[in-house]
Amino acid sequence: MGRLFAIEIIYRGIYQKTLASRISRAIVLAAHQEGKPGISFGRYGDSPERNGIPAKNFAIVGTDQETLEQGMAKYEPKEVDITIAVDDTLCKGVESWAWYGLQPVNKLLKPGGTLIVTSRETPEALIKMAHRKETPYQLAIAKGTPSFSGLWVYKDDHTDVRILGAIAKLLPELFSLKSVQKAIVNEWKDPLKAESAARSYERISTTKVLPNQGNPEIPYKFEFPKWHEMGDGIAIPSIPAGRAVEDPVSHATGGFRPDRNPTFKKFTTRTMRPVVNFDTCIKCTLCWLQCPDSCFDVTPEGLYDANMQACCGCGVCEAVCPVKDCVTMVNESEFSDNASQWEDWRKDKDAYKVWLEDKIKTRSERSHGFRYRGQYEEQIPEMLQIAREG
Amino acid sequence: MAQLATVLEDQRKTEETALITGSEAIAVACKLADVDVITAYPIRPYDTVMQYVSKLVSNGELDCEYIVAEGEHSQFEIVKHASAAGARVFCGSSGVGWMYAMEALTVTPALRIPMVAMVGNRALDDPGAFGVEHNDALTVRDLGWQLVWVDTAQEALDTALIAYRVSEDRRIFLPCAISCDGAFLTHSQALVKIPSQAQVNEFLPRYNRADLLLHPDNPITVAPQGNEDWVMEIRRQNYAAMERVSDVLREAYADFERIFGRSYGNPFFEEYETDDADIVLMGMGTLSTPVKVAIRKMRKAGKKVGFVRMRWFRPFAAVELAKSLSRFSAVGVVDRDYSFGSPFMSGVLANEVRSALYSSPGEKPPVVGFIAGLGGREVTVPDVERITDGVYNAAEGRPQPLTQWIGLRE
Repeated sequence: MGRLFAIEIIYRGIYQKTLASRISRAIVLAAHQEGKPGISFGRYGDSPERNGIPAKNFAIVGTDQETLEQGMAKYEPKEVDITIAVDDTLCKGVESWAWYGLQPVNKLLKPGGTLIVTSRETPEALIKMAHRKETPYQLAIAKGTPSFSGLWVYKDDHTDVRILGAIAKLLPELFSLKSVQKAIVNEWKDPLKAESAARSYERISTTKVLPNQGNPEIPYKFEFPKWHEMGDGIAIPSIPAGRAVEDPVSHATGGFRPDRNPTFKKFTTRTMRPVVNFDTCIKCTLCWLQCPDSCFDVTPEGLYDANMQACCGCGVCEAVCPVKDCVTMVNESEFSDNASQWEDWRKDKDAYKVWLEDKIKTRSERSHGFRYRGQYEEQIPEMLQIAREG
Repeated sequence: MAQLATVLEDQRKTEETALITGSEAIAVACKLADVDVITAYPIRPYDTVMQYVSKLVSNGELDCEYIVAEGEHSQFEIVKHASAAGARVFCGSSGVGWMYAMEALTVTPALRIPMVAMVGNRALDDPGAFGVEHNDALTVRDLGWQLVWVDTAQEALDTALIAYRVSEDRRIFLPCAISCDGAFLTHSQALVKIPSQAQVNEFLPRYNRADLLLHPDNPITVAPQGNEDWVMEIRRQNYAAMERVSDVLREAYADFERIFGRSYGNPFFEEYETDDADIVLMGMGTLSTPVKVAIRKMRKAGKKVGFVRMRWFRPFAAVELAKSLSRFSAVGVVDRDYSFGSPFMSGVLANEVRSALYSSPGEKPPVVGFIAGLGGREVTVPDVERITDGVYNAAEGRPQPLTQWIGLRE
């Protein structure tokens, strides 16, 4: 009985779909250089065509065909040697369309396995974002922005091969750097990419994450009913319409909060979230009207509070808001909870103002796409610097 | 005036007799069942039902939404939705028209829609032919449809009422297709006893969609997307519903006999001259007519031949049938259908019968399959005699093909 390797690549649709597929293909091709058979696939139930929705690719490799077959014909392996997150906001968890509830980013990692994240954050910041895990694991950071490499007009930033080089270092039983470079030259005919893999191999380092580190929240769980417990006719009760909102200070009720899907919270669907300045809001209703996910709750005084159960982070609210800096999209890595901004504002307006100004002082460069034309070109020097200096 | 009122009242309560076709009998059943929504799209031989229904509607005898759709797919989708919203519905088709509705036909049982449909059995194209073949209705045999074959206009009318009663039972909520052989039943007039409205009202309660009613006061989502976490449980629910049909059917037939005074005996299959039979023939639909005539003739010549006509094909009364067939020394199954490449290249019914016998604890008589009457070709008395010879060969252990074509120019 040989050894079965499993690697998952968690990415955001649709911009990173090609990137994820390239990484899992390259893993299989590099393993093939050492005579290890493997398969590469995307998780079938995912909806990677949806903007920002977390999705997965897998590379399964066996030391021999018989071993590999034990890892085949599955939607998702039960455990993996390495998890790769190509967008660091995914460290908060994965809510795919393929199942119900939130899966911690490190959930499938074997004890002592490695989580590789492409990020410009520190290990400490990423460890805080991820849920606690009962067994220790390693965190490795491949420095970089969330890459859209491989998608249409975006330039190849070598994220795929940099990940491959890191794997050769972190899991040498799977394949060597030499095999990675052979596979790269075969697949892409680009010696520069092979060099990038080598650099990443040299630079990658890991931080040990202990069971007492990370987000202590217990993620939402879902119990599947037995067949005779389910209603028949494929009919499900509707979500109730909603109710008035209660003011946390005056306890007055008013406004409207729609009831939402209890099994799909979208807490990790977004890479950014709107930060609302309630002091400058003119109650024009545009954010509320235009939000494609009906994420805005109407407060008793007629303000609009973006509810993080429903926000996908698309940024339409920011785009339609006529007031300067009233709605600002801020990267998810800046937040550690999903609390109501309006409630915080009601409780302490001065403290909220300080919080808000801190959040919006540096604008995040991108959401699931770019915020304005030409922004990609502006980022290239920084990307090159990362490539040169690590 | 008082006397006229009495006459009219008496007439309301009394059974009438009318000379009508099988299709018209189904239309009359729709009227008696006070169907709410009927959709139609013409294709022969089903279109005769359309004609009779539209006549009833325009004469003011039937108050329903009567919609001629732009094709069979829409036709079956419309009634599916109407049924979800609580309407008693009727529709039907034939041959490739039924096939064109296939997507709607597959989702109907999964959504537990008690649609009653009439299939005027017709050969599938090509060639474009109007005559009877059973392959059209049989295409839904695995999907959760109840399937029944009738052989007289009277049975068509009665079975339609029974179909509504069983399908709309909350324990079942499955669609039912009533198969009527094209031409021989759909286009042939016979005397039919038409029950009174009072009798029908006693037999057939109103359709109550209950907890599954699609209505603003009962907000539900029907047919959401589901993944592999849900499909098996949903299929298992349909399996359970189909499993319950047999008992509910028995209840309905018993009640039918009590109220209408007409008995069908065993609801699932009819036995003819089987008490002392050595061998039996089997088949569905109007095949019964030439077979019964031939049996009467052969019995005069001393051949103890019986006939088992399958009425309900889904659910298939496998245990009861196997028990009954264990009494005979051989069984000849006449299929008015084909199943190319199937075991022994037999027709659909023959292989179902073999399957039912295989797990039976009793005697397992040999089963010979016969393909006959395709595309509406008449099955003649000499054909039945030839079939019978084959079955006797099997009974006596003489080797012969397990599937034989009868009535073919060769």
